[in-house]
Amino acid sequence: MQAMTTLRAMSRALAARQISCLELTEEHLARLTADDTNSFITVAHASAREHAKQAQQRREQGETQPLIGVPIAHKDIFCTDGLATTCGSRMLENFIAPYDAHVVTLLAQAGMITVGKTNMDEFAMGSSNESSHFGPVSNPWNTDCVPGGSSGGSAAAVAAGLVACATGTDTGGSIRQPAALCGITGLKPTYGRISRYGMIAFASSLDQAGTMTCDADDAALMLSAMAGFDSKDSTSIQRHDAWLSDLAENGIPDLGRTLKIGLPREYYADLKDSTAIEDVQKTLAQQGHKLVDVNLPHTHQAIPVYYVIASAEASTNLSRYDGVRFGHRCDDPQSLDDLYRRSRSEGFGDEVKRRILTGTYTLSVGYFDAYYIKAQQIRRLIANDFSKVFADVDILLTPTSPTPAFRKGQLNNDPVAMYQQDLYTVPTSLAGLPALSMPCGFVDGLPVGAQLIAPAFREDLLLGLAATYQKHSDWHLQRPKGARVGQEWVT
Amino acid sequence: MSEIDPTIDLAHLANLARLNFDPNTTESARTDLEKIIAMIDVMQDVDTEGVAPLSHPLDGAQRLRQDLINETEQREKFQHTAPAKAEGYYLVPRVVD
Repeated sequence: MQAMTTLRAMSRALAARQISCLELTEEHLARLTADDTNSFITVAHASAREHAKQAQQRREQGETQPLIGVPIAHKDIFCTDGLATTCGSRMLENFIAPYDAHVVTLLAQAGMITVGKTNMDEFAMGSSNESSHFGPVSNPWNTDCVPGGSSGGSAAAVAAGLVACATGTDTGGSIRQPAALCGITGLKPTYGRISRYGMIAFASSLDQAGTMTCDADDAALMLSAMAGFDSKDSTSIQRHDAWLSDLAENGIPDLGRTLKIGLPREYYADLKDSTAIEDVQKTLAQQGHKLVDVNLPHTHQAIPVYYVIASAEASTNLSRYDGVRFGHRCDDPQSLDDLYRRSRSEGFGDEVKRRILTGTYTLSVGYFDAYYIKAQQIRRLIANDFSKVFADVDILLTPTSPTPAFRKGQLNNDPVAMYQQDLYTVPTSLAGLPALSMPCGFVDGLPVGAQLIAPAFREDLLLGLAATYQKHSDWHLQRPKGARVGQEWVT
Repeated sequence: MSEIDPTIDLAHLANLARLNFDPNTTESARTDLEKIIAMIDVMQDVDTEGVAPLSHPLDGAQRLRQDLINETEQREKFQHTAPAKAEGYYLVPRVVD
């Protein structure tokens, strides 16, 4: 079997006819079938073969778009017409969406082959993938450890070489934290950059789709196909960024200058092992970038603010699961109220119920101002912190996660300790800013990530700086058991 | 903060959320919720006097569209995964005797 390669290497191999779309898909399906990380909830054998045949026809008819025939995995939060979409929940165990998410449509139009749907924390609520109804995912670097979450299946699948790329979603760090814990590159674009249509809603003012790949160049290629205005998403933003339109053809735009990089002190204060992130600073300084300390004073308020806002939105969004129109329905309901209560109580897992209760509490009469409005006010202060530092610096560099991957079960009995995993990723989500996590070394044999944060709609800076860093490092190419990601296809 | 009631009426919240908790899970649900509320209560220390709430992260406004018909009728497809249906209707337990 072919060693794992980048998305671009697969694309070039398809263009050079070193392998056909169907052969490449068959190879992926075989890998997915042999997977022992539990990264996948559904493998799309039949539809993948069908789409691979269509992709091969497109290539034979002379179409040259780079993503035609390249396999991809979708997080099981994206609706796929005709293929199960579970959102990691018993509630949607048998749900087959009657339509495709906009992201799924765009990537299919670009020619990508959906080979499966990846495991995830139930309704994207979690930082370890342990809240999935379909069982936890193993971190390929150490199978006793979690892959992070909530896009843990997508991160593990890329790290294990099952696929070169996968979609993820990020509400408070659900792309970046698992990317860091699995040693891959994860990009959460600006809120509104990618359509949320057909992406099962958790917290609508925070949810954003993004990319999980080996490196920044692969992320750019995926972003070029996923981004864009969608009238079906009322928060989709209409923009005309020249660099984005040119991304597929010309790749990541050259930075063209050295950057002023801010190091927010609050993100470094509690870090136990800062060797890896300090090495990133040294590498970037050697390339001529200027590093300066900055302050984001409301950073430590972000976790409480996030858990108020996200839970409030979740309790509202998840009220749609009533056992009537789709999803789990209890047996033999005695009344309408009994139908609602038992369907919901049987369909949702513990973490989802915790968030619904939290949201119900903070939105209830008498508490609304003290919690929900207060959280929205502090959300503005957090956003203002970022605006102030971006008046002086181009980009921020921080650790992605406070710790490397932890052992399965380690944080299960303490939801509040689990929530602290999101300490460095949540502030960006509250401010709607784009951020990227890239591999930057190892702690105790487990990968850790560096996070770059840019002003709104400046994913070009994130990708540009990450690509520069990745030219001077090879963390992103390292894989478990000494394997490496190939940058060329070898037959 | 004096305005925040320290006791949590779990039965009331569960009722609002249409969730059931059996006697075995009620206490752990209450304990977890108390921990979460204690964690989010640190917000009360922040001075937010005169700060406008931020609901859209980029301070954007909801875009409105023209009120035009843009969907086709797909009842059968949409009801395909409904757990109980008959003659194009969703079935629920009897509401009115």
